[in-house]
Amino acid sequence: MRVAILVFPGSNCDRDMMVAVETITGRRPALVWHKDSQMDPVDLIILPGGFSFGDYLRCGALAARAPVVEAMLDHASRGGAVLGVCNGFQILLETGLLPGTLIRNERLKFVCRSVNLQLQPDHDSPLLSTLDPGHSLTIPIAHNEGNYFAQKDDLEMLKQNGQIAFKYTASPAFGPDNPNGATDDIAGILSANGRVLGMMPHPERAIGNGHPSSDGKLLLRAILQGVA
Amino acid sequence: MEVKINISLKQGVLDPQGRAVESALISLGYSEANNVRIGKQITLEIEAEDASRAQQRAARMCETLLANTVIEDYSIEVADPS
Repeated sequence: MRVAILVFPGSNCDRDMMVAVETITGRRPALVWHKDSQMDPVDLIILPGGFSFGDYLRCGALAARAPVVEAMLDHASRGGAVLGVCNGFQILLETGLLPGTLIRNERLKFVCRSVNLQLQPDHDSPLLSTLDPGHSLTIPIAHNEGNYFAQKDDLEMLKQNGQIAFKYTASPAFGPDNPNGATDDIAGILSANGRVLGMMPHPERAIGNGHPSSDGKLLLRAILQGVA
Repeated sequence: MEVKINISLKQGVLDPQGRAVESALISLGYSEANNVRIGKQITLEIEAEDASRAQQRAARMCETLLANTVIEDYSIEVADPS
């Protein structure tokens, strides 16, 4: 299992993600700097969270035009698997690999807490196929621009093709839950081939060992198995 | 050539920032304020033979980077030195 984590100036979840993946696979993923236009072949590319390029212009906008992203797009166009978390999700949307965009949270506040996610039973992704349909996960979010927005046709397409991976759901612990105003409570979406996943919640911050939840580990393990 | 690019949110796209500013204006007594939308302006210089060429290049820049056309519209003004 070869995993690469892309690192941009301002990425700050790259090391957490590296530890999370290494905990599961026993093998340290490669960290690849944004200026590298060539990458060794890997099974999974991860775009980590953070504030790439200081969120200048729009979140993820400048990172999406970095040389290493060209290599990532090549990998994706050959059917390669990609995971984007938080700022990584924003970058995937800015590249156009996934449809829609993430705008300011409805209540204009940075939200940092655990949320409940529901895996959508009709998703069509090999990355998530080892999880039970409808599986519920507790994973933290930490963002200011996580309010998912897409044009009507794109939303319709996402629904019809089973490209919605996760929705925020109510839970006894966290209440009725849509933390940011996201359209249809969308927390994560998939590409048409189901091999590119973008999500706002941070699975690398829920791997046990002092974290309140280990559901992120469960999810990352499922993704790593799905890729293999 | 000096170029001004105005980027605004498309109609129908929620603007939480605009809404917060609107309620601040209203609480300051500007009850006539309505439909506040916040955009951004980018100014730059473009080397080009003429204004229409500069306009064309600026539009390409908007499409590839400066605007997110999922939610934003842009307009371009080229200050013609002639």
